[in-house]
Amino acid sequence: MIASTASSHAPSLNTAGGAERASRSGIWVGLFAITMSFAAFSSALFVREGTPDWGHLVLPSILYLNTFVLLLSSGTLELSRRSLAHATVADSTAATGGIGWLLCTLALGIAFCCGQYLAWQNLRAQGIYLATNPNSSFFYVLTFIHVLHLLAGIVALLYLTARFVFRRAAFRRSLLDNTAIYWHFLCVLWIYLFLLCRMKL
Amino acid sequence: MAESSVQQAHVHAPPEGFIRKYIFSLDHKVIGKQYYGLALVAVFTGMILSWLMRIHMVWPAAKIPGLELLSKVGAPGGVMTPEYYLSLLTMHGTLMVFFVLTNAPFAAFGNYFLPIQIGAEDMAFPRFNMMSFWVTFVAWVVLMLAFVIPDGPPIAGWTEYTPLSAVGKDAGPGMQWGASLWGVSIAIFCIASLLGALNFIATTLDLRAKGMTLMRMPICTWAWFITSCIALLAFAVLLPACILLILDRHAGTSFFIPSGLVISDRLQPHSGGSPLLWQHLFWFFGHPEVYIAILPSMGIVSHILINSMRKPLLSAKVIIYSMMSIGFLSYMVWGHHMFLSGMNPMSALAFSFPTLTITIPATIMTLIWLGSLYGADIKITSASLFALGFISMFVAGGVSGFFLAQPSIDIYLHATYFVVGHFHMVMGVASLFGVFAGTYFWFPKMTGRFMNETLGKLHFWITFLGAYCIFMPFHYLGLIGNVRRYQSFVDDYMAPYLSWHQFITIAALITGAAQFIFLFNLIYSRFRGAPAPENPWNATSLEWSIPSPPPWNNFGGRHPVVYHDPYQYGVKGSKGDFVMQDSPEALASGD
Repeated sequence: MIASTASSHAPSLNTAGGAERASRSGIWVGLFAITMSFAAFSSALFVREGTPDWGHLVLPSILYLNTFVLLLSSGTLELSRRSLAHATVADSTAATGGIGWLLCTLALGIAFCCGQYLAWQNLRAQGIYLATNPNSSFFYVLTFIHVLHLLAGIVALLYLTARFVFRRAAFRRSLLDNTAIYWHFLCVLWIYLFLLCRMKL
Repeated sequence: MAESSVQQAHVHAPPEGFIRKYIFSLDHKVIGKQYYGLALVAVFTGMILSWLMRIHMVWPAAKIPGLELLSKVGAPGGVMTPEYYLSLLTMHGTLMVFFVLTNAPFAAFGNYFLPIQIGAEDMAFPRFNMMSFWVTFVAWVVLMLAFVIPDGPPIAGWTEYTPLSAVGKDAGPGMQWGASLWGVSIAIFCIASLLGALNFIATTLDLRAKGMTLMRMPICTWAWFITSCIALLAFAVLLPACILLILDRHAGTSFFIPSGLVISDRLQPHSGGSPLLWQHLFWFFGHPEVYIAILPSMGIVSHILINSMRKPLLSAKVIIYSMMSIGFLSYMVWGHHMFLSGMNPMSALAFSFPTLTITIPATIMTLIWLGSLYGADIKITSASLFALGFISMFVAGGVSGFFLAQPSIDIYLHATYFVVGHFHMVMGVASLFGVFAGTYFWFPKMTGRFMNETLGKLHFWITFLGAYCIFMPFHYLGLIGNVRRYQSFVDDYMAPYLSWHQFITIAALITGAAQFIFLFNLIYSRFRGAPAPENPWNATSLEWSIPSPPPWNNFGGRHPVVYHDPYQYGVKGSKGDFVMQDSPEALASGD
C-alpha cells in the first residue's frame, strides 16, 4: 500500500501569493476578452469594407501625436514600476521618483484622451459624423471604445496614486504591475487600431 | 503539515447586517443562490409565456383571462394578436436562453460550489462576483421593462435578426423601444457574464487547495471551468454586436442595414450594411451558448451518477477531454445556423464537417455514461432520476443534430418544428434536468435539509414523460413540413397538424403545472424538510466535508489538503465504501 500525498505544486489557498496570482490571471483573462471584442469589431470592419459605399477617411493628423503620447506614457509607467520596485523605504528617492513617473503617466493618459477628443472634433468640423459613412462609423466606434478602456486604466492609476500618497503601507506592487500590463496592452491595442484605421479607413 | 504555514488571509470579512449578508453580499454562496433565484423567476415567467403561446396557437380566438392586463394593444379583450404572439416568443427565448440556461447551471451552481470544491474560501474577486450578479439583475430588469412600455416587447425573436431588428418602429410593434431594451439588456448581460467568467477562470487556476491538482478537480468543476472559458470568448463577441445594433437603431449608422431597404412602405435611410454580419456575430456567440447551457449540466450529472452508482465512471479523464473538445469545436460550427442564408455551398460544407465532428466527443461521453451504468447498482433518488433523464433527453434530442448538421437535410428542416424539437430537448430540457438533478442533490448542503423525495420523484416522472410528449411530436411535425414561428395552425393546409398541436398544448400545460410541485417542494423543504447530516449521500468531494449549510468562509478557517482524486467510490475506507478527497487515508491505487 502506497500512501498518496498532497501534491506540492498546487497553489496554496488564500495566501497573499494565491490572491496575487489570481489578480495576475484575472488581468490576462480580461485582456483576452478585450482582444476578442476588438477582433469582433475588426471582423465586422473587414466584412463591411467590401460594400459599395465604403470610402476613404483622411485621419486627423493629431492621431500621430496621440500615438506618440501613449507610447511615451507606457515608457513612464515602466519607469515608475521599476523605481517603485526598489522603493522599500517610504520616503526614499526611488519612491518619490516612482510616484513622479506615475503622475507623468496619468498626465499623458489624460492628454491622450483629450487628443482623441480633438481628433473627433476635427472630423466633426469637416462634417464627418458617426453616421456619415461606414468608415467614419468604424473610426468613431473603435477609438471611442479604446478611450473607454483607457479611462478604466486612468481610474486604476488614480487609485494607485491615492493609495501611495494616503495609505502607503497598504500599497501593493502587484496592483501596479497588473495596471502596467493593462496599460501596455492598451498601448499595443492602439497601435493596432491606428494601423487598422490608417490602412482600411 | 504545510497548513500551518499558510497565512490566515481571508478574502473578505464576515458579513454583517442584512444588506451585506443577503443583498449586496460578497459571499459566493449567497451570490449563487441569488443567481438561482433570478433563474427561478425567469424560468417560471418563460414557462407561463410558453403556455400563453401554446394556448393561442391551437385556440387562436380564445380569451385568456388576465392577458389584457399584460398588454391592451397586444391582447385586446384577452385575445392575443399575431404580433403579440411574436413578442411573447421573443421574450420566452431570451429569458430562457440568457437568464435561465446560462444563469442556473453555470452561474448559480458554479458560484456556490466551484470555490468549495477546489477548497477555496471564496471566488478570486468577490466584489466583481457581486457586481456580476447585480449587473445581470439590471439586465433582467431592463428586459422586463419591455412588458410595461407602450411599445411592448420586440417581435424579432431571441436572435433579433437584422435588418428588421435594426430599423425601429417600421418593423412592427415592439420594434421601436422594445427592441432597444432587448439590445441594451443583452449588452449588459454580456458585461456581467464576462465578469463572471473571468472570476471563475482566475479562481480555478489560482485558488485551489494544497493537493488539488487540475486532474483532481471534480468533473462539474471542470465543466464550470471549461464553460467559463467558452463564455469569455462568446460574450466578448456578442457585446460588440449589440453595441453595433444599438448604434444602427439610434445613431443612424449602417452596420447591418443594407441599401434600398423598404419596410412598411418606407425607404430606410441607411446604406450598405450587411444583415448577414449580425448573423455571423450572433451565432459566433450563439452556438457556444448551447454548450454554455449544456456543459455544466453534463458535469453535474456525471458528478451525481458516480455518487449514485458508488463507482467511478469508465473514464473521468475522457469525459473531461471530451468536454474540452466540445468547447474548442463549439467555435467552428456557428455557420450551421446559417445554411439557409445563401452562403457558398463550400462554406456550408466547411461548417458541416466540424458540426458532425463535434458529435464524436458528445457520443463518447454518452457511451461512457451508459457503459458505466451497465451493471451498476444505482441508487434511485430524485437526483439520480433527473441525471438519468438528462442522458435520455440528451440522446433523444441530440440524435436529430446529426441530421441538421448536413446542409442538404437542414435546408428542408430548418424552418420547421424539427429544429424546435431538437434544440428544446438537447439544450433546454436536458440542461434543466441537470439543474433539477443538482438541486435535489445539493439542496441538503445548501440548506441543511432534504427535499421531499416522493414529491421529487412525482416531479420527475411528470416532467420526463411530459417533455417527451411535447418535444418528440415536434420532430414528426417538422418532418411532415410543419413550419415554425407561425402564430396559429388554423389555415386549411395546416388543419391536419392541429390535433397534434392540441395534444402538445395539453402536455405543456400538465408538464408546466408539475413544475409548481418542484417550487412547492423547494420552498416547503427549505423550512420544513427533514434535517440533513453533513454528508448525506456519502460523497467524496470537498463540499461534503463541511457543515450544512456551509459557514461564510466555507472551511471555518481550516485549509483543506487534498490527497485523492474526487471519485474514490467502491473502495474500503474508514467511513464505508468511499474515501473523501481530504482524507489522508492510504489507497491501494495511490490516487
